Amino acid sequence: MSILVDKNTRLLVQGITGREGSFHTSQMIDFGTNVVAGVTPGKGGQVFEAEGTRVPVFNTVRQAVEETGANTTCIFVPSRFAADAIYEAADAGIELIVCLTEYIPVLDMIKVRSYLDTLNTKLVGPNCPGLITPGEAKVGIIPGSIVRRGNVGVVSKSGTLTYEVVFALTDRGMGQSTCVGIGGDPIKGLNFIDVLEMFEADPQTEQVILIGEIGGNAEEQAAEYITENMSKPVTAFIAGRTAPPGRRMGHAGAIVEGKSGTAEGKVAALRAAGVKVADHPDQIVDLIAS
Amino acid sequence: MFAFVVYFRIPRRERCGLGAARGATAIEETQVDLHEYQAKRLFAEHGVPIPSGEVAYTPQEARDIARDLGGKVVVKAQVHTGGRGKAGGVKLANSPEEAEAAAEQILGMDIKGYTVNKVLVDQQAPGIDQEIYLAVLIDRARRRPMIMASAAGGMDIEQVADETPEKIIKVLVDPYLGVRSYQTTYIADKLGLPQELWRDFAKLVAGLYDCFVSNDASLTEVNPLVITGEGKLLAVDGKMSIDDNSLARQSRLAEMRDVEEEPESEREARLAGINFIQLDGNIGCMVNGAGLAMSTMDIIKLFGGEPANFLDIGGGAKAEQVATALRLILSDPNVEAVLFNIFGGITRGDEVARGILEALGEIDTDVPMVVRLAGTNAEEGREILSEAEMETAATLSEAARKAVAAAQGEEM
Repeated sequence: MSILVDKNTRLLVQGITGREGSFHTSQMIDFGTNVVAGVTPGKGGQVFEAEGTRVPVFNTVRQAVEETGANTTCIFVPSRFAADAIYEAADAGIELIVCLTEYIPVLDMIKVRSYLDTLNTKLVGPNCPGLITPGEAKVGIIPGSIVRRGNVGVVSKSGTLTYEVVFALTDRGMGQSTCVGIGGDPIKGLNFIDVLEMFEADPQTEQVILIGEIGGNAEEQAAEYITENMSKPVTAFIAGRTAPPGRRMGHAGAIVEGKSGTAEGKVAALRAAGVKVADHPDQIVDLIAS
Repeated sequence: MFAFVVYFRIPRRERCGLGAARGATAIEETQVDLHEYQAKRLFAEHGVPIPSGEVAYTPQEARDIARDLGGKVVVKAQVHTGGRGKAGGVKLANSPEEAEAAAEQILGMDIKGYTVNKVLVDQQAPGIDQEIYLAVLIDRARRRPMIMASAAGGMDIEQVADETPEKIIKVLVDPYLGVRSYQTTYIADKLGLPQELWRDFAKLVAGLYDCFVSNDASLTEVNPLVITGEGKLLAVDGKMSIDDNSLARQSRLAEMRDVEEEPESEREARLAGINFIQLDGNIGCMVNGAGLAMSTMDIIKLFGGEPANFLDIGGGAKAEQVATALRLILSDPNVEAVLFNIFGGITRGDEVARGILEALGEIDTDVPMVVRLAGTNAEEGREILSEAEMETAATLSEAARKAVAAAQGEEM
């Protein structure tokens, strides 16, 4: 078992013919992901070829789903088309939408999220690295070379910081069940709590690593959830302890606003929930091992 | 707490993110905080009543504007910082001559590090009976726009929220429905507004919400909204911030950015598509990804060093960007060591390595550098760098320790 993506994932790639879309589709196929279709409006009928696999390209998601039975999509389209790509996938009945695109306007995401909440569709992202289940499937851009099958679940707001932690885990022989990058935008799909709930229910996952950042209050909410609902041990790291207040550190969400969103507050809330919190990324592995 | 802290201007990288890499034009933008006069003009476009006024760049202009407005004016510094009233940046004038004198005093004034180079000359409100706070912003936790109001207007709203939270009225707006009239009635009633003003108030709130949505704002704020002696509503002060993710479709607003207030190095970074913030330490950092960049700063500090900057070269950075980033870091005279921490995903190690070499070919520097490359094409990158004889590290901890030692003049 694992969560969200596995051998049953039938992946569609929106934006498959673009530079990033094509590079990372090859990487996903190479990892063993079952990529069944691509969509680029105007390029329907073309065939995308990589690693000996031929992937049909369609003009619309609806067509792709009808002809290939795709159940998951990975979105690589530019920000001005990204909200539409999410709506399109949701309307075509896709169950899991993974949106990597960054810089989607907040008001667009408010509408997207509000619409998705009326459907039975899950969204990961936007502005995220996607997710990966070692040995089964990779949806997004997390490097396949750094993961290893195992029983640690990883959920993170960050991209490259996640790679850092996963790499250290693998290096020490600690494999992962699934690694989920939920993204750092203020309005997004799955949040920490949603993923923690899935890890708690997943028999393969024995413990969880949570990687948070300054800004917002998702880590505090996660701490509350852990206290009340989690039996599996959770280890955490919060980035941005030295960030100056009032300055946005890259992600739209990563800003310390007045008294809220500070690293100290998040660390304290997590520790109060019995979570071990690392002082730096490399230390997470030591805390898990101990 | 609410998102009252107005974002500082932060450089952003490629506007289109992944899209930029697909060949779309990369437009580099920042969060735009509008000046009061810009915000109020946009409010007026949506039917929100504002005082008559004009912007002056010289005392003479201020006098002429005051004369056209009938003499009784208020002269207000236009700078992106709070507390201008307390700093003497807002003055009442009862004649064109007084307006000229007021502008003479305010122009050139330094308010919290910002030099005033323009003032807004507004007609004085004809008597003020009541001051109200009114804003539209985003409630991130509930994922909705929110209208916030308080009868305690004209004050620091964060203080009101802290000390007397019951005086703050909040109404969430469904993004598909917009503001409904029952919601404005609720707010007007809670504020204790006289009933004859409810219709005008409803129009004003709807206008402010329209202004928020159609300009992709993250905040539209009127403080205070006054009821004048003549019984009319008037937005005498306003603030507005625009969601920088929207600037590609809000080109008119993107042009309202006040480039004079942006530090040179941060502007250069923004134009190169690099996310850069200058700090006070001596270890320059170049990292890909915001979370990893913050963690790199954190670990430097944990090991006894001080980061000189936050720098995220973004996803899919090209050699040219890396070179620009390195030049930026080295242009800071405080920098005594540089730490590269690149974990390839969408960014490729060989591209980064080429950028480092390109920059080192142009800059003559003896600042010690520590490179840590991992992930996509890291091996190719290390091979490229092997000829540059740079100090390398396998892990983030090792890289940070070496950089801290180097900055302190020790052997790595």
